[in-house]
Amino acid sequence: MNGSPLTRFGTGWLLVLPFLALVVALFLGPIANILWLSVTDPEPGLGNYAALVTSDNLAGILWTTIRICVITTAFSVVLGYSIAYAMVHVAQGSRNRMLGLLLVSFWISVLVRTFSWLMLLGRKGLVNETLLGIGLIAQPIEFMRNELGVLIGMVHYMIPYAVLPLLASMQNIDTRVLAASRSLGATGTQTFWRIYLPLTKPGLVAAALLVFILSLGFYVTPAILGGGKVLMVAEYISVQILVTLRWGTAAMLAALMLFGVLALLFVMSRFMKLSTVFGGAKA
Amino acid sequence: MKPGLPAILNRYGAWLILLFLVAPALVAIPVSLTPKGFLSMPKGDYSARHFEKLFTSEEWMSSFWQSTVIGLSVAVLATALGTFCAIGLWRVASRWGEVVRAFLLLPLVVPPIISAMAFYRLMVPLGLIDTYAGLILAHTVLAAPLVLITVSASLAGFDPRLEQASRNLGASNWTTMRRVILPSIRPGVLAGAIFAFIASWDEIVVTLFLSKFSVYTLPRRMWNGIRENTDPTVAAAAVVLIAVTLIFFLIQALNARRSRNSASGET
Repeated sequence: MNGSPLTRFGTGWLLVLPFLALVVALFLGPIANILWLSVTDPEPGLGNYAALVTSDNLAGILWTTIRICVITTAFSVVLGYSIAYAMVHVAQGSRNRMLGLLLVSFWISVLVRTFSWLMLLGRKGLVNETLLGIGLIAQPIEFMRNELGVLIGMVHYMIPYAVLPLLASMQNIDTRVLAASRSLGATGTQTFWRIYLPLTKPGLVAAALLVFILSLGFYVTPAILGGGKVLMVAEYISVQILVTLRWGTAAMLAALMLFGVLALLFVMSRFMKLSTVFGGAKA
Repeated sequence: MKPGLPAILNRYGAWLILLFLVAPALVAIPVSLTPKGFLSMPKGDYSARHFEKLFTSEEWMSSFWQSTVIGLSVAVLATALGTFCAIGLWRVASRWGEVVRAFLLLPLVVPPIISAMAFYRLMVPLGLIDTYAGLILAHTVLAAPLVLITVSASLAGFDPRLEQASRNLGASNWTTMRRVILPSIRPGVLAGAIFAFIASWDEIVVTLFLSKFSVYTLPRRMWNGIRENTDPTVAAAAVVLIAVTLIFFLIQALNARRSRNSASGET
């Protein structure tokens, strides 16, 4: 019969199948292959992973990556918190204008934004020229080919990602709780630190983890603004594959990164529904 | 409650941060208008020569064309796959369905560099490197989850009794899909198509691995230009990229507003 639950169920899966097959064949399959490579290339065993301990070079790259990701996360979440807080406390019109600016920056291609930073931060870039012009500095500041430039570019890219989960969490706060705190004699500052901030903890954790996850695998901005001087894991992987052809090392780093990301996603799902975090993306 | 001084200061701070987010990207506009032959800020004179060069350069135009073809193909494929998949999961509505959904969203959370490795590993032996087919397939896998998200959001607001009613009145599966389900989730489908196009149009990391000489998309050519860091044509290309992105952003903003209005009109 046309509408029986069983055929309904069957046609449901039939509609899922094409995309599922594509993802399994083109994506999950090759990723499984890479995980396999990490323990078989160039020879079977855990040699690739042992290099993490034995090679100073690899340890250095991992340390640079983690340090940059942590700093990026801290700045993005704090600045994102300020935006989100202002957005839930202004009038509707201002809120829409703020959201508009946020989404425009979200939509502009990462390549264009990185190019712009290149124009702004170079030795003869707009920032240095302006600072020299008004006599604030005597020598141009080196923004590029060092961690400072990479951090500026990354924080700039990540702030919108931090705002969205924070916004979702702040919009869920019951404002009567804050009013109660005020009427019981707490000052505005006390209410913020003791009531408001703890209530936004799920949003804070989700925002921090999201930014950290995205930063871990970030390629474009570190590669361009770092100018080869700041080597992070993603760029190192691409060099291993395209230049030195050491698939084993690349696969090992990819496996580490993948398991790291999945573990962090799992933690994130404990604090906020993932659909809330990703549902807001680009919408 | 009246906002205190810290809240007011924070409001100004938030506007400043928002300016910090948007303003730097716009620096490409003055740079693209420089009359000089190297990357620089124009001082007083402006010239359109770099746009002229961009639009008459065979290389840039072929990249522009290739990105458009790939982006549109990806938008069509990803929208079809993502929409059917979202409707399928909505009909199944089971625990297993949710597990499968989580798997299908993986391309969004796996770092692009790992996706690039995976596609590269797969496509070298298949001879798909540097082909339209290779890039379109890879971008479709990355873009279809976005469609899955937007269409699923639309379906959440769709009353399943409408589907039953259509079936009870004798409409076939396909007719129900075409005449009842699809029209009511159209805003989600359109949003998904736009996101899919932009995702492919802007994509660089996977493209770096999969393209060599014959398929050279706009971001790929910009990447080279940025690496060389001399020719202001890159700035002109960046301005075109910003313009295209803003056009699609506005279409999506109108689309979102219309679907919100119609939703509030119905309830």
